[in-house]
Amino acid sequence: MSLTRLLAMARKEVIHIRRDSRSLFIVVIMPVTLMLLFGYGVNLDLKGLPVYVYDREGSRQSQDLLKRFQASEYFTVARVVDDYPAIAKALDDGRARMGVVIPWDFSQRLSDGCPVQVQALVDATDDNTANVLIGYAQAVVQGYSSDIQIDWLAKRGFSIQSAPVSVQTRTWYNEDLVSSSFIVPGVLALVMSVIGAFLTSLTIAREWERGSMEQLISTPVSAMEIMLGKLAPYFVIGMFDVAVCALIAIQWFHVPFRGSFATLAVSSALFMIVVLSMGFLISVLAKNQFAASQIALIVTFLPAFLLSGFLFAIEQMPVVLQWITRILPARYFVSALKMIFLKGTPTAMLYGDLIPLAVFAIVLALAATRAFHKRLE
Amino acid sequence: MLGRLKQMLIKEFIQTLRDKRTRFILIGPPIIQMLVFGYAATYEIHHVPTVVLDLDQSTESRELVSRFTSSPYFDVQRQLTGASQIRELIDEGKATVGLEIDAGFARKLTKGQTAPLQVIVDATNSNTALIASSYISQIALGFARDYQVDRIGRIAPQLVERMPSVALEQRPWYNPGLSSRWFFVPGVIGSLTLVLVITLTAFAVVREREIGTLEQIMVTPIRPVEFILGKTVPFFLIGLFDISLIATVGTLWFRIPFRGHIWILLTGSVLFILCMLGVGLLISTVSSTQQQAMVTSFFFIMPAITFSGFGFPIATMPQWLQYCTYVVPLRYFLVVLRGVYLKGVGMEILWPQMAAMAGMACVLLTTAVLRFHKALD
Repeated sequence: MSLTRLLAMARKEVIHIRRDSRSLFIVVIMPVTLMLLFGYGVNLDLKGLPVYVYDREGSRQSQDLLKRFQASEYFTVARVVDDYPAIAKALDDGRARMGVVIPWDFSQRLSDGCPVQVQALVDATDDNTANVLIGYAQAVVQGYSSDIQIDWLAKRGFSIQSAPVSVQTRTWYNEDLVSSSFIVPGVLALVMSVIGAFLTSLTIAREWERGSMEQLISTPVSAMEIMLGKLAPYFVIGMFDVAVCALIAIQWFHVPFRGSFATLAVSSALFMIVVLSMGFLISVLAKNQFAASQIALIVTFLPAFLLSGFLFAIEQMPVVLQWITRILPARYFVSALKMIFLKGTPTAMLYGDLIPLAVFAIVLALAATRAFHKRLE
Repeated sequence: MLGRLKQMLIKEFIQTLRDKRTRFILIGPPIIQMLVFGYAATYEIHHVPTVVLDLDQSTESRELVSRFTSSPYFDVQRQLTGASQIRELIDEGKATVGLEIDAGFARKLTKGQTAPLQVIVDATNSNTALIASSYISQIALGFARDYQVDRIGRIAPQLVERMPSVALEQRPWYNPGLSSRWFFVPGVIGSLTLVLVITLTAFAVVREREIGTLEQIMVTPIRPVEFILGKTVPFFLIGLFDISLIATVGTLWFRIPFRGHIWILLTGSVLFILCMLGVGLLISTVSSTQQQAMVTSFFFIMPAITFSGFGFPIATMPQWLQYCTYVVPLRYFLVVLRGVYLKGVGMEILWPQMAAMAGMACVLLTTAVLRFHKALD
């Protein structure tokens, strides 16, 4: 292998990238766009959801309870209605997420000392929002219930401390439960998948499709030099984008960074080798650019998005799928990213993620080289 | 005119369906993605790995722990003996929730004081943490309520019978099992159609331009309108075919209820595909290579899906972003899809969505055709 030829190859690729203004654009703008997209667009912390209220009694007590709903930052009482169909319609067309119905004998039953049920009709199309809403509504109603009980007992001469049990929750690593802190580190994996696999698979498939690959082969450049020369610029670009993304995450979205930058660099480099090899492999196997781009999407972007733990918790997936995630490099990288950013896990403790990544890097790089040699023959 | 159009259509179908790999791409990836999404995309939490440190070891503390053990949401894996173990297990990611009951829990309860339950939640995934915390408080509050009743029963048994209480009766409409799958599967139909129709249309035109066959077509007597129709009608039909395919697989495999009318789904699909054809054509007018087309499509697709309400509620986005979502066609199609599948609503509710899509289709297609004319001249 000659360094001069390798550098010449790399220079040729850089010129390609520079000449194609849109490729250059994607390389610089895409990481930023994806970061902003997910940083702002993905927010699962629900607040101020529209609630319709149907108070069938309209007594002081029923109003007391409704005031508590109003006071909660999680609900906005959008409208007070006076029949069921109005609630049903609002849920149907999405103007309300929940309808609260207070029975007509609310205060009567309370003063009789009977249990009363308040209805919450919830739009559960989006199960996650519904779950959170129900949780908050339960808390409001239980709080009200225990307060009237204490009152009631006090009137009968029993003084009782507020609640027998208090829950003191500490949320570690992401103390304020900010969605962006949980989402944004994983975006790095997405960006690298796009740069690595998507872009490379396209550029190389193009050389095949246009026939310029044959021209290259007829020069004294060896297969290894072609491969390394083609991939080196993308490696540099990918690492540069990692740095940009990390900077945006920390400075713009204020995601805590508790680990070490060296660990971030090492794991990113490993993952970069993985995705570049995958991109190269795909471009060798796929005949045309359309097929290459679609395959790259399916084997790199989709797993990085869906099966890596980026957004959906892996432990909650069916067992078979959990096993499948074990053969996906993105899973280890996303896990390492979250540990480095949020937990600040020391490098030595990350072997569970870094060793598989290294293995994938070696295996895939070898597979890509072999496939390339075979295709050239 | 009809004769030439027919020839163009035949050519287009042959070109698209000739390649085995492209044929596969029309059927394989959409089905794979549908299945992966159906299984992997879940916000539900079950069997959250939980560890318990019970320093009190009293009847009361064991009773509280047993409520967690019997809950389907928590999987109490270990009883610990030292506080440092909780930190270790959560740091390593082996447990997501740690419950800590301090010595003196029972004593405080009997004295009528508030006894704390310490909860530590790994909030690396803020959503899991949020839902888990909500379940934890519900369990703890349930324990507190029962304990309270017990205690009053001991001091004044005659009062317990008559003590008022308020409970929330939750009724999750449309999705009573609060299943994430019911939320995601109808949405996947929309997002897959979007990706497929846009990339197919954009690629088909750009490919001809890149290979140089576009000029050959232009010297034939074919008119621009016929050319555009020839390019779009096949993808319109393929899009419709794919929607039916994915919808059938999704509905039958995952048993998602279909409560509305098929013709509403059909109307919505037609309007949505028209919008996407417009976008695909527009992308093809601004791209001269397939790589550019891919990159540009990607830039459109990512925000179009993120801001559509596909996986992340629009209501929680920043206000300025919420306004932006109004120009995203998928946003309207998702309302139609979920409305037809889960809510079973009809035109009387969905007409604004249909109107919005129809309007966007007109604007997009007109702009695309005008630009296309210019590009051809």
